Amino acid sequence: MLEILFISTLNGVLYGMLLFLMASGLTVIFSMMGVLNFAHASFYMLGAFFGFEISRRIGFWPGLVVAPLLVGAIGMAIERYGLRRVHRHGHVAELLFTFGLTFVIQEGVEMVWGKLPVDYRVPPSLDFPAFTAFSTNYPAFKMFELLTAIAIFAVLLLVVRRTRIGLIVQAALTHPGMVGMLGHNVDRIFMLVFGVGAGLAAVAGVIAGPALVTQSNMAGLLGPILFVVVVVGGLGSLGGAFLASLLIGLLQTFAVASNASLAGLLGPLSPSAKQQVFLADIWNVTVAQVAPILPYLLLVLILIFRPRGLMGRRES
Amino acid sequence: MTKAFVAGALALCAFGATVVPALADDTIKIGYVDPLSGGGASIGQIGLNQLKFIADDVNAKGGVIGKKIEVIGYDNKLSPQVTLVQVQKAIDEGVQIIVQGNGSAVGAAVESFVAKYNERNPGKAVVYLNYAAIDPSLTNQNCSYWHFAWDANVDIKLEALTNFIKSKQEVKKVYLIDQDYSFGHSVADTVVSMLKEKRPDIQIVGNEFHPLVKVTDFSPYIAKIKASGADTVVTGNWGQDFALLVKAAGDSGLKVNWYTFYAGGSGGPTAIKQANLPDQVYQLVEGFNNIDYKPMQDVVRTYIARYKSEPIYYPRIFNMTGMLFKAIQEANSADPAKFAPKLEDMKYATFASGDEGFMRKKDHQFFQPLYMSVFGALDAAKQPFDEEGTGWGWKPSAQIAVKDTDHPTTCEMKRPN
Repeated sequence: MLEILFISTLNGVLYGMLLFLMASGLTVIFSMMGVLNFAHASFYMLGAFFGFEISRRIGFWPGLVVAPLLVGAIGMAIERYGLRRVHRHGHVAELLFTFGLTFVIQEGVEMVWGKLPVDYRVPPSLDFPAFTAFSTNYPAFKMFELLTAIAIFAVLLLVVRRTRIGLIVQAALTHPGMVGMLGHNVDRIFMLVFGVGAGLAAVAGVIAGPALVTQSNMAGLLGPILFVVVVVGGLGSLGGAFLASLLIGLLQTFAVASNASLAGLLGPLSPSAKQQVFLADIWNVTVAQVAPILPYLLLVLILIFRPRGLMGRRES
Repeated sequence: MTKAFVAGALALCAFGATVVPALADDTIKIGYVDPLSGGGASIGQIGLNQLKFIADDVNAKGGVIGKKIEVIGYDNKLSPQVTLVQVQKAIDEGVQIIVQGNGSAVGAAVESFVAKYNERNPGKAVVYLNYAAIDPSLTNQNCSYWHFAWDANVDIKLEALTNFIKSKQEVKKVYLIDQDYSFGHSVADTVVSMLKEKRPDIQIVGNEFHPLVKVTDFSPYIAKIKASGADTVVTGNWGQDFALLVKAAGDSGLKVNWYTFYAGGSGGPTAIKQANLPDQVYQLVEGFNNIDYKPMQDVVRTYIARYKSEPIYYPRIFNMTGMLFKAIQEANSADPAKFAPKLEDMKYATFASGDEGFMRKKDHQFFQPLYMSVFGALDAAKQPFDEEGTGWGWKPSAQIAVKDTDHPTTCEMKRPN
């Protein structure tokens, strides 16, 4: 029992931090620009492929620095020459723009790297078990993932809450005219924010690439869960996204570990054989079987009962 | 969307009725209906490459009964609706041989469409050659005279797998983990019932389902497998669900034997190598490059020289085309109504090893020796082919004879006349 509890908690925290790593850039762009960036997962994929390409030529560590810078630059260019023009036409146009971007980026990636997965390896310097708990190994690379996620959270929080840059960025969202009057270049601020968001997505890509599968459809497969994190946490709230990631990670891991089903829970109240024929599907499904769907259930419940999310500041 | 498809289908029907294309007498057209765009394109393209390779080869030798083979690709986007539009389009363009494989739902749609088409259009028969859809219903309750299947269906594969496990005394505790959809469930249910019969001493210590391609982190599943004390895992997982599963196993240091059906799919070999699980992942197939059989290996070498990055994934396509051409020659006609009877009951030396297989007349299912192959470091002298540039490759572990793949069918086939 203790073993299951310990391992599930650990796995849950590790998975939660991976989620936060992937969702942080999305939150930054939303909270500071008000843009719900559908192309986020595509920047994440670009990060993974750039990381792969650099790591096989120079090494993983240069890749971790260079790939996010490159993707950040691409993000800034997209903001400067695309999103800024679309911005005038409102949120729907922005959504459609970033949505279209996902297809463009995916096709681009397929042209360069093909459709088959690439062999993106964990760097040798982190390719060893960090520790062993209850005869299960925990690779050093996962610990690195965890630390990076926490570091990004801390730095982002500090920058937004405690620095002048954060202050100006936040002001620019609500009072762009006033901030402009005070002599700040609002357009440039937004461009930088978008670049940082895209860069963060790329950091996640460089790190998650070797841990998961680096393939041209990875963006599509990742997409929905990040929106769950952001919405459950509260749109645009960094702390909320952090909390939601942990919550979803733990929820999912513990659900997988559990073998409970309605049949087990309500054993003595079993419906008659005739009813069971109709109920068989629901009756015998274990919690483990639906575990990966639970985050989406959580999303629905949060939207109904607490639309602003766990730590969101606004209702919409 | 559906409306658009229906409209498209109707438009195509009208088009086909008014402009009846002249059947070119000097070519035999093969319509390949499979995903050539979107997520399934990577596998669909491999099948098309193989067919084109075979056609080029045959045409260079003068074709079949003096006619050239022409392979035409039709993109079905892995959707049954689009498939039917494309099949109709192919027929309108003079195709009488439809080849399809990916997706049993798609296969079922083609099978019933072709059967109906042939009923309504006597004298213009179309035949459906299936190289990969393996839902047992295709050759059982829904079987059709105009459908021939070259991949062993799920029941046959599991019959072979459990016959293999039967002889492995070291297997004591089996864990099943599968994707939560029809194929995953039929793997799990059939393995449980067949093992109970063949090896009652084996304990089934887990029977897990997880949603299809929705899981990013398999470590909680691996923790469960570890806690169950299993020595063997059987899984029908493919694609990312397989890759992430073995990677999580490698990360946590789980040491079990994996019995799989699709570990060799794109990305699988890379993941096994990354997880560093040598000689622990088994795959049940009808052939692989490192079987010591020179005629097959010569073909593989020529193939790799032409398609470097996209491997041979379907040895059965070679069996399918080989038998098709033989039937056409024996009938001296490219009309399916004439050559289909020759395919029934045909015996054929399989591409992978030269050992004989046969097309069962009762349900049009091809029976062939199956192989248990295992993935790991190669003996360079005897096993020249690695996978996905990993340096590791599939090695023979056991051959499962044709008789050990036998599985009865419930098919009651309606034959023309």
